[in-house]
Amino acid sequence: MSAPKYWREMAQRYRFEAVKCKKCGRVLFPPRLVCPACKSREFENTRINDKGTIETYTIVRIPPSQFTDEAPYPVAIVNMGDNVRVLCQVADCEPEELKIGMPVRLEFRKIQQEGSSGILAYGYKCVPE
Amino acid sequence: MRDVAVIGVGMNKWGELWEIAIRDLLAESALLALDDAGIDSVEAMYIGCMTSGLFTDQEHLGSMGPDYSGICPVPGTRVESACASGGAAFRAAFMHVASGMGDIVMAAGVEKMTDVDGGGATFALATAADQEYEVYNGITFPGLYAMMANHHMNKYGTTRDQLAQVSVKNHANGFNNELAQFRMKLTLDQVKNSVMVADPMTLLDCSPITDGSAAVILCSLDKAKELTKKRLVKVIGSGHASDTIQLAQRENLSYLKSTELAAKQALDMAGKKITDIDFAEVHDCFSIAEIMVIEALGIAEVGKGGPATMDGVTAFDGKFPVNPSGGLKSKGHPVGATGVAQIVELTKQIRGDLDKNRQLKKADIGLAQNMGGSGASSVVHILEGV
Repeated sequence: MSAPKYWREMAQRYRFEAVKCKKCGRVLFPPRLVCPACKSREFENTRINDKGTIETYTIVRIPPSQFTDEAPYPVAIVNMGDNVRVLCQVADCEPEELKIGMPVRLEFRKIQQEGSSGILAYGYKCVPE
Repeated sequence: MRDVAVIGVGMNKWGELWEIAIRDLLAESALLALDDAGIDSVEAMYIGCMTSGLFTDQEHLGSMGPDYSGICPVPGTRVESACASGGAAFRAAFMHVASGMGDIVMAAGVEKMTDVDGGGATFALATAADQEYEVYNGITFPGLYAMMANHHMNKYGTTRDQLAQVSVKNHANGFNNELAQFRMKLTLDQVKNSVMVADPMTLLDCSPITDGSAAVILCSLDKAKELTKKRLVKVIGSGHASDTIQLAQRENLSYLKSTELAAKQALDMAGKKITDIDFAEVHDCFSIAEIMVIEALGIAEVGKGGPATMDGVTAFDGKFPVNPSGGLKSKGHPVGATGVAQIVELTKQIRGDLDKNRQLKKADIGLAQNMGGSGASSVVHILEGV
């Protein structure tokens, strides 16, 4: 993973930074240059909620190569309110405890690691609330 | 816009083809299509391919395609829209002829997927999803469709057996297709008890990794009448739509809006309703995908795709046969070739070219639906025998 590729997403991955459309109020995560709802290009800075509910989930048992040591691990799509949904892993939770509608909270976590001594890549995972 | 017909089709035997490189893999089907049309060249070639660079280190198929198909210096253009690349290449070739820019054009598709290992293939295919907000967090394509399946099951009551029935049905069809990669019949239990990939999708809910190609020749209808004595297969409808690249950003996580929109465009252009269509080839990359596709096309009501499949509506001898070729599930899914292979199947069915156990009873109007990513793009074509 190149440094710029990682660095430019840090505001979203570390601090959940988003933008809110000044015209229609829609919250966009990650930020975009144009609002897909009303085409406005003017935004103010905001953050997404850190609490939400699981809308759907799966347990990845055959992972991509960079997640081999983690599998099996749960991944969910979480509704954060304000029409924002995020896809993230679910931590601190046994697979059989997962349920659609389950309340969760986003936390700052390690996501992946390049090899045994490579770059540590951080971001958000959700945990049961 | 001019009327356009398909006058030649070609598809090689799909599978794990270690002995053949991408250059000849593509040329095999291109030559079959030229032979079928009874010609030795075309005016342009469009090539659907998702990611030959990641799979084989080879880009620039716009040169390699015409070169190894023996039609240099014909212009070649690679078309990429993930797993919908083949459908998009066919649409580009259709527009080329319909616009009057050229009279005879080839649409081909190819993917050579087995030069990399399973991890490499998973990585390459995952580039069809959002890298920073989906793949970064550890999701895979089986995982994305598994989340759609869980959503569909929770929202509409779709059952595990109904999902598995898609694989059972498509393998029953592919069993008779001599070009298919996996010609074996399956039972519901075999599907449900195979290795879990991403809950609830097992290995046998997933389409395979495949080497393969397909090609078709498009021609203006007027010229086609001079060139061929075979039944003319006219392209009467074409549609293409996109959706958010991230699954999480869709209003309904288990509804394929892009497919609904592409189908509406194609049906409106053809002046047809879905009930006027005799059969369809659709993008069953995962069992849940076919259920969502038949709902978006209107073959089944929204939420009723599972029961419709279980009741045999989409079976070979059903009211609306879906994937008589065996679909992606049994025939194989060399991603860039799939959309073109669907046109090959439609054409063969409409012309009545197939053996008795493969030929549908009524096949005058067929629909092809090809999809990229988690439904982030969708291409629909309708062909009619004239």
